[in-house]
Amino acid sequence: MRRFVPRGDSVTWVATIILVALVVLGAVRFDHFASLANLGNILGDYGYIGIAAVGATLVIVSGGIDLSVGSVVAFTAVALAALVNGGMHPLAASALALAFGTAIGATMGWFITWFELPPFIVTLVGMFAVRAACFLVSGESTAIAHPYLDRVASGWDVPLGDGGALPFRGVLLLVLVAVGVVIARLTTFGRNLFAIGGNARAASMMGVSVAATTIGAYAVAGFCSALGGVVFTFYKRAGDPTAAQGLELSVIAAVVIGGTRLSGGVGSVVGTLVGVLILGVIRLLIDFQGDLNAAWTSVAIGGLLLAFVGIQQVIGAIATRFASGPEEVTHGIDRSA
Amino acid sequence: MTMPGRTTAPLSTHAREARLGARGRPWPPAVWPLFGTLALILLNAAIDALSSGGPGLFGPGAFLHVAVVDGVPAGALLDVLNYGATFAILGVGMAPVIGTRGVDLSVGSIMALAGAVAATLSVGGSSPALSIGAALGVAALCGAWNGLLVAGAGIQPFVATLVLMVAGRGIAQMVTQSQIITFHDPVLEYLALGRPGWLPVPFAFLLAALLLALTLLVVRRTALGLLLEAVGGNPEAARLAGVRSALLVGGSYVFSALTAGVAGLIAAANIKAADPFNAGRNLELAAIFAVIVGGTPQQGGRMSILGAALGGFLMQALITTMYARDIGADVAPLPEALAILAVCIVGTARGRSALARLWRRS
Repeated sequence: MRRFVPRGDSVTWVATIILVALVVLGAVRFDHFASLANLGNILGDYGYIGIAAVGATLVIVSGGIDLSVGSVVAFTAVALAALVNGGMHPLAASALALAFGTAIGATMGWFITWFELPPFIVTLVGMFAVRAACFLVSGESTAIAHPYLDRVASGWDVPLGDGGALPFRGVLLLVLVAVGVVIARLTTFGRNLFAIGGNARAASMMGVSVAATTIGAYAVAGFCSALGGVVFTFYKRAGDPTAAQGLELSVIAAVVIGGTRLSGGVGSVVGTLVGVLILGVIRLLIDFQGDLNAAWTSVAIGGLLLAFVGIQQVIGAIATRFASGPEEVTHGIDRSA
Repeated sequence: MTMPGRTTAPLSTHAREARLGARGRPWPPAVWPLFGTLALILLNAAIDALSSGGPGLFGPGAFLHVAVVDGVPAGALLDVLNYGATFAILGVGMAPVIGTRGVDLSVGSIMALAGAVAATLSVGGSSPALSIGAALGVAALCGAWNGLLVAGAGIQPFVATLVLMVAGRGIAQMVTQSQIITFHDPVLEYLALGRPGWLPVPFAFLLAALLLALTLLVVRRTALGLLLEAVGGNPEAARLAGVRSALLVGGSYVFSALTAGVAGLIAAANIKAADPFNAGRNLELAAIFAVIVGGTPQQGGRMSILGAALGGFLMQALITTMYARDIGADVAPLPEALAILAVCIVGTARGRSALARLWRRS
């Protein structure tokens, strides 16, 4: 006789239902809305956001937050532009950028765990410091030209049935989601992330190294942000120091909408993919509608983020009432440290 | 001012902190941003005086040089007072929020929104009182919304205010229909550019001073400050002791939003236009900087409102210094961010013990 107890997955299911509803809404209202070509476009346009969001999911599951995503993406773009225009091969430059992103993430993780500082302060500092570093590298947007970029841009697309194509960056997103699922569900590191996000002290008493796991989570997130930046740069062909401002909010929105709880311990990488798709479909709806202001996008994302935080709050409250677990014992005690 | 409300730091840390200050009593936290501002001014003056071919200590172009342009005194030193006022106002508003363990990331967007509302109404022919009142009303509404999410729904402050940080700028763009609205309204313009009589500072500075004085009066001459710090120290214990935590926390967001509204009006008045895209952008960092540098610990439980106001002027001193030394404004957030990190680290137990070790060794 088991009673129904809502779990973290419930939000992911709500999100999936909303995604389907949005697609149906679009398909009913507009011709040519529900097409494989549009799916390819969304996965392509939102590829870099999704790639960064996979890393952010792991950080948020561990009970943290990463606000530096947009800045790291922009820095990657600016650095790639400088390196490639300076004569370096794009692949070598990308490897350098990925190493930098990982190092930046690990550094922030170290500050968070060693000094027990709130993650949002440390990553906010990272966000502003890295953004300023972009301007140190280059004050203005610089175009990148390299034959290798042309080859990636045109040659690596996967054709879809109806004349559209899935760009390589979309493929990369799907691969990274798969890797993220494997890390989260099948590795010790992944289990440790959930453990310290649920209750860092209990996890530490069970022998989980909170410090190593935290630093690892931010390092992975930094890597993903930089990879998102590489994809973004290959896509836009320019290094703009003002690029990707406010990206962290889209990323957090995608993660939260996908069912990852902002207080940590509950989450899903596949859910994040659903969240990214919802953002993409909303954007597509606004584009199809045509007469809506671009400002609606940010208002819609803010509203959606709020709605899902609300849903999580309600589901969390119900779960606490039904399952009198450690949640109640820790009530009122600050677990954010 | 030291409250026994903090649960994390052991008493010995307080004792060590006291020893680091003057003999007997520890220095109030507000002296550090004041020292910082003075140090920056001295640094600039020293560079001016010592660089060969430079402007000298008071020559034209020097940091301490005060020129009279169009009958109005101008110069780098006065810039610190003029433009620092906005940061000081934001800092005074943010201090109670951080003091109660929160943070308000939406102040920049609320600034943009308040400016947009005032400018749109003013251009539409409303009286200045109505424009200003409506702008502040909308700001207060935003704050009530933040407070409801944080204190009512129990959402983490940075997430709750992140919603408005993004959506608020969108709403501001909807208000102005994605345009920059220029207005011509002597009363509105007076907020930033007005010269009350013989004073060398604009009205905005007086507004900041007035706001600081009023806030200090209300917070420190009544039990309000004590209650706010009690809530910041341990919300649950304060609630059990009969403090209406939710109301105080919610109220702190309304106050923060109101100050953001005032800052938004000043920002709009400064350029005689409402720019929903750039007004207040990144200023949430400035406000957090002012508060944390001013001696309010990021984990709450204590707050220094005077320190936050002085922190705002330190912030502007930093920016003016960078301008004076030909460093781009885009790079300015780098030292700000590093200063916040340094102050936060000094506020932690590990940071303090590392500092104490350095202190003993030297």
